[in-house]
Amino acid sequence: MIELIDVYKIYAEGGDSEVRAIDGINLKVSAGEFVAIVGPSGSGKSTCMNIIGCLDVPTSGTYILNGTDVSEMVDDEQAAIRNETLGFIFQQYNLLPKLSILENVELPLLYRGLPRGERRDRARIALETVGLMGREKHLPSQLSGGQQQRVSIARALAGDPKVILADEPTGALDSKTGREVMELIHKLHQAGNTIVFITHDPNLAGEAQRKVSFRDGQITSDEVLVRSTDI
Amino acid sequence: MSIKQTFSLAFKSLLASKTRSILTMLGIIIGIAAVIILVGVMGGVSNEMTSQFSSFGANQITLTLFSGVTSKKVGEADIQEFVSENLNCFAAYSPTVSINGQLKNGTENTYSSVSGVNEYYDKVGEFSVSEGRFLQYIDCEYRKKVCVIGTYQVDELFEGVSPLGESLKINGTPYTIVGIVEETADRESGSSDDAVYIPYTTAMRASGNTTLSSYTFNCSDSEIVYEAKALLEDFLLDKLKDADAYYIFSFSEILDSLNVMMGILTGVLVGIASISLVVSGVGVMNIMVVTVTERTREIGIRKALGAKKRHILSQFVVEAAVTSAIGGVIGIIFGILLASPVGSILGVTSAVSLQWILIAFTVSAAIGIIFGYFPARRAANMNPIDALRYD
Repeated sequence: MIELIDVYKIYAEGGDSEVRAIDGINLKVSAGEFVAIVGPSGSGKSTCMNIIGCLDVPTSGTYILNGTDVSEMVDDEQAAIRNETLGFIFQQYNLLPKLSILENVELPLLYRGLPRGERRDRARIALETVGLMGREKHLPSQLSGGQQQRVSIARALAGDPKVILADEPTGALDSKTGREVMELIHKLHQAGNTIVFITHDPNLAGEAQRKVSFRDGQITSDEVLVRSTDI
Repeated sequence: MSIKQTFSLAFKSLLASKTRSILTMLGIIIGIAAVIILVGVMGGVSNEMTSQFSSFGANQITLTLFSGVTSKKVGEADIQEFVSENLNCFAAYSPTVSINGQLKNGTENTYSSVSGVNEYYDKVGEFSVSEGRFLQYIDCEYRKKVCVIGTYQVDELFEGVSPLGESLKINGTPYTIVGIVEETADRESGSSDDAVYIPYTTAMRASGNTTLSSYTFNCSDSEIVYEAKALLEDFLLDKLKDADAYYIFSFSEILDSLNVMMGILTGVLVGIASISLVVSGVGVMNIMVVTVTERTREIGIRKALGAKKRHILSQFVVEAAVTSAIGGVIGIIFGILLASPVGSILGVTSAVSLQWILIAFTVSAAIGIIFGYFPARRAANMNPIDALRYD
């Protein structure tokens, strides 16, 4: 599903202030996998996630997503990939404050060009999955942090993506609501989604099937975890 | 994303920052209103001038023949033949013999220009007679001493009492008053009410002239004055073989050049008003730059969710266009409402034309599109990850 081959991301290349954010990594994630990426800040895990999410392009190397080489694509082609193949869950939710919950969830479908009726239906189903039916008309600011993160999960779901990318999804939440959000992510995984998520919480990382550790732009360990609950 | 959605998005974001939207629109409102008012007032001035000149005779062409330039001659019979051959262009013509006359009735006397004309001159000058009759063929044929006078003379010489059938002395010779010209200009001196008409044959004898040197023609329509003038010119050149031997003049030429001048003046004034439109366009651009900067994160989110460049571009361009088009509509409304009062201060009836309203609307929408384009393009070209990280 995801294949990074010899990928580098270097800022200010050749200059005095050269930063090797990603210093030659190879990573392969199969469909249906649940991968946690861990590492201290500045280790390159976020940059790696941005490249996987087609939000950033590698300085060199190849990125194959769902069988397509996306590292050579132009902006608008990448936009289409983001829209159809990827679903994002951000630490800061990143909801549009002036749009209602339903409109927020509809956004990826809007840019896909779906007709209004279909958008509404699919957004409602996604909101139902995250348990927020009945709040469609609310603005994000009228919801709690946990609820907002559930809206952003619904938004990632609505587009029916192949891969869900979550960058510290519980980072801004208290442990109880964080727990709820993690349960939801587990549910998505059980429903067959490929999930890649970043965390610095070792307990959360332990919930994944596989843990990839980053340090100084390189992958230092890649271990398969076996959990009794995970069958 | 459909056009409807793009527009509803634009409205939503305008309503979200009302004060800013209104202030942005203000420049366009003022600019467009100024253009509408100026054009309306100038249109009113132009209409007024046209109607005043029309009363002078916009349909008329006058011909003056100069003697001594060439040995060839054009006589009244030639003119008559020419006119009867070109009845599609000429409605009537008359020779004109002007003499300065001392008018006298008993002890009352006044000086006035006396016009010797033929029996068609009422058609040439487009006036009618309110009492009595105009000159007739027989008057000219037998050089009768009859005259038709205007109401100014009635006032001056007869104390306003109808003098029909009475005698009036012109340079000492008595003439019988057979008609009064219908009043059109409040009996003012020098106006169309200040007139004395006598048969041209009589006038020639009185002035000692033996040849006619001046004619006035009336074209059936002001539209064909140029054509008629050209015909007359060809005819005279053919007869006289010398362009210096005659002079042709028409009021419509003056009217046309006045209209051209009015057009230039309107253009200059609209140009000045347009500067405020350009300034307001810069205002729109300024606000859009601020908006794009403020909403960088929103742009990042939209891009992360799959918005293409054109989606972002159209979102911001439409937002700018809607702002300035709404400003334009409000400006047009203010312009229409204020054109009349401003006109009446200047003493003109303003005439706002639909054409200019449409131009004003198009210009205001265009300002939004043009000045909104650059900030919008900047937004569209943002790198998604940089936009997302922006605080």
